Amino acid sequence: MNRYQLRTAISRTLLVLFSVVMGAFFALPLLWLLTAPFNTQANLAVTIPETFSLANFEAVFNNKFAIRALFLNNLIIGGGVMVLVATVATLASYGLSRTRVPGRDVLVYILILFSSVVSGTAAMVPLFLLIFNMGLIDTYLGVILVMTGGLLPSAIFIMRDFVDSIPRSYEEAALVAGASSFRMFRDVAFPLVRPGVMVVAIWAFVNAWGAYLIPSVLLRSPEHMPASIAFYSFYTEAGTPNITLVSAYAFLYTIPVLLLYLIVNWRFGFRFFGGIKS
Amino acid sequence: MSQITFENVVKRFGSVVAVDHVSLTIGEGEFVALLGPSGCGKTTTLRLIAGLEIADNGRITIGDRDVTYLAPAARDVAMVFQDYALYPHMTILENIGYPLKVRGIGKQERAERVTEVARELQIANLLERRPSQLSGGQQQRASVARAVVHQAVAFLFDEPLSNLDAQLRLEARAFLKHLQNELGATSVYVTHDQAEAMALADRIVVMRLGKIMQIGAPLDVYRNPTNTFVASFIGSPPMNLLSGKALIGQGQFVMDDGETVIDMHQVYQRLSNPPQENESITLGIRPEHITIHTEPQPFAIPSKLYVVQPMGGETLVNVRVGSKLVTVRLFQDEPPSLPEDVWLEPALEWSFVYGADGERIQ
Amino acid sequence: MERKAIFSAKVGLLFLAPALIFVAVFLLYPFVRVFMLSFTNQTLLGATAPNPDWVGLDNYQRLFDPDRWMRLGEFGSSLKITARFVIGSALIGQVGLGLLIAWAFYRKKGFLREAVYTLVILAWIIPETVVAFTWVAFLDWEFGTLNAVLEAIGLGSPDWLFNHPLESIILFNSWRGAAFSMLLFSSALETIPPSYIETAEVVGANAWQKFRDIFFPLLRGHILTDLILITLWTFNVFTPFLLTGGGPVRRTELVSIYTYRTAFQGQHEFGKGGAIAVVMMLINFSLAIVYLLMIRRRRVEA
Repeated sequence: MNRYQLRTAISRTLLVLFSVVMGAFFALPLLWLLTAPFNTQANLAVTIPETFSLANFEAVFNNKFAIRALFLNNLIIGGGVMVLVATVATLASYGLSRTRVPGRDVLVYILILFSSVVSGTAAMVPLFLLIFNMGLIDTYLGVILVMTGGLLPSAIFIMRDFVDSIPRSYEEAALVAGASSFRMFRDVAFPLVRPGVMVVAIWAFVNAWGAYLIPSVLLRSPEHMPASIAFYSFYTEAGTPNITLVSAYAFLYTIPVLLLYLIVNWRFGFRFFGGIKS
Repeated sequence: MSQITFENVVKRFGSVVAVDHVSLTIGEGEFVALLGPSGCGKTTTLRLIAGLEIADNGRITIGDRDVTYLAPAARDVAMVFQDYALYPHMTILENIGYPLKVRGIGKQERAERVTEVARELQIANLLERRPSQLSGGQQQRASVARAVVHQAVAFLFDEPLSNLDAQLRLEARAFLKHLQNELGATSVYVTHDQAEAMALADRIVVMRLGKIMQIGAPLDVYRNPTNTFVASFIGSPPMNLLSGKALIGQGQFVMDDGETVIDMHQVYQRLSNPPQENESITLGIRPEHITIHTEPQPFAIPSKLYVVQPMGGETLVNVRVGSKLVTVRLFQDEPPSLPEDVWLEPALEWSFVYGADGERIQ
Repeated sequence: MERKAIFSAKVGLLFLAPALIFVAVFLLYPFVRVFMLSFTNQTLLGATAPNPDWVGLDNYQRLFDPDRWMRLGEFGSSLKITARFVIGSALIGQVGLGLLIAWAFYRKKGFLREAVYTLVILAWIIPETVVAFTWVAFLDWEFGTLNAVLEAIGLGSPDWLFNHPLESIILFNSWRGAAFSMLLFSSALETIPPSYIETAEVVGANAWQKFRDIFFPLLRGHILTDLILITLWTFNVFTPFLLTGGGPVRRTELVSIYTYRTAFQGQHEFGKGGAIAVVMMLINFSLAIVYLLMIRRRRVEA
């Protein structure tokens, strides 16, 4: 073995070691999620179940409240936020891009920074009062609106790059051919920006799916609560969690996000997410 | 300065063989151009010399050292990249002086040596600026200056003029050649531009799909292309190549269209290994080696006038031979008035015959 | 850069209108309202709900009361805890990890890179309640996987959530947030033309010289802006609440959690909550300004 082969072998070994350590660090906390749901004797340890069982899931499905939370409320809230954010952000960034607005870039930056200053935690008090005064406490609409407001600046920021990169020639041709602005947007521009819209939609959905703070502050009755809060319905009166049920529920709750990640990764790769705010 | 040799070097990327059993020797102080289309392996060959790629098989030596497995730092070569690789966060002075800084040479001495080289390359007044403040041509010279300051045993150039516009490219070309003459530096120069290779190199290595097609001095390669690839790649406008079949018995050549017949027995007579009857061959003749006649000549090829292109210093005439367009180069600035029917007489000693495999039949 | 307009300003405004309404209602209004709130004793319930009184700087005085404020469960204490949390998690944990991983896999492809990247990203996108719960299991003194591993290599098994709660949430949040920095540095590294590195290699630079002279200067801007961003986000993060609830005994009560407790538990003191929010926004604002300045400096340098 010559020096080059030795060098390559050493650096390769180091990389493998590093990957194993890092991989373990990031994977270990999640292992429990893979074993506990299928174990009727589950506790907080990671143990391979003696008998692989779906009984926990059965029990979870018996909890009408939690199931409704996951399969109905999450979808309503997630879907609502997704549609609203995608629509408003697309319209806004398209308008920003195709109209002459002086200082446009500065505006977007200020918007982003402003939304970082008025963060979710800082704004939760006035937002609560606002929703309270609008009579929207304990409604889906209240939650959807607040979440949309929070996600909008970043969504516009993401869409802006997409929209800017589309050449205007198609749209100009349509306008010259006589289409009205909105018609042109619907028939020509929107199909072109669709990939960007999909990205923003998925991102908004994932954010809304996992949210805890806003729903917990703005919702009261169990019928409206999403899965993140419904977790606590699997706790006993004493305040301890029922591990078998919690783990199964967590598993179900996570699946959609995993699927979405796989789809996005397969179609786009994750590189552009690093481009946000860089 | 050192000699560089390749002995049967192979480099693969996955299933693609980028460098396919290449052997060559570059002499001390010699300027060798690696020429070919994209994907021919010329850049990989250069990177193998630099150590940016490591060979899978074979041996590479620089001077009397076997460098096949050495890291780039250990090989003591200097390289100029197509994008110049000038660091935006350093001044030009710092950029050019970087090879010296890496060797621990002190700031004062660095400044002196850099200024000296910068003066030679006429960028001494730009040393305090950043790369973004320099023009393309100046950046290119700064990149070369860094290679000179390095005082390595060989210079490697990876298409260093490609990013310059046409006018600048010609100036820079002349400058590079002058510099290499002065320094007597062993240089390996990668390019896809055959005119550049012709103008700059002592020898040209024509490559294709990882293999060497021909090595020779520019005029050699121009006058004596040993295969159809080299024949068509070198020279602008390119050599006329007509493919068809050899009718040895009748001393003729019939083109692929099956109709156009050319009298060839004078050409065939000069071959010591004439092609077989009905063998697929290609006839090659450079545009400047054809005489146009307005009246039928024995052994001349009948053709139809297509267009006349006055180029300023010369005139190009395109004619149709069968279904092919043939270019003729006339060293006159006044375009002749030509009738529709003309006869082409190729110069015998410049008429080349290539076999079915593309190799020259002598 | 001159951008041709396709729309008249009127039409453009129509497109922008929905977004402008949202921004006005959900960003501008809370921003203004919070200031007003902080000067009242507004609560959710009781007499001061419909009729809050103007109390001037009372709320702020209570927050910054020098006799009390550093006690556990008070504002000063939560500031201190949050500062430690941010330094540990944002500066060291997230940025450090992110940079390390991006660097390790620079210009490398293949299974190892994909596997590690996927795991890091999964930690980021899995819903926060789920992740909090898996960490409660992971850190459990008796059954948790972390202690199982530590025992196996002979390092003992501390009660993380009870005895080392701050370290626990720092570890947790670093794990949770490393992905962003990793992606950021990864794409920053990719913007470096390979010829820069290759020139350095050919010129004879060793690994340290390459880092000092090429990588670090080119990445420095990115590192700084990333640090500010991460700090901003970490300062506002609420998720650790799901892990420790701010305890035990308020020892991990971050400012965000303190706000939550003040406004939505106990006395439901919105006025005081507003004051805390104002302070938070001021801190956020300073960080944001620093970020803006750094971005501009980077633009100029480029």
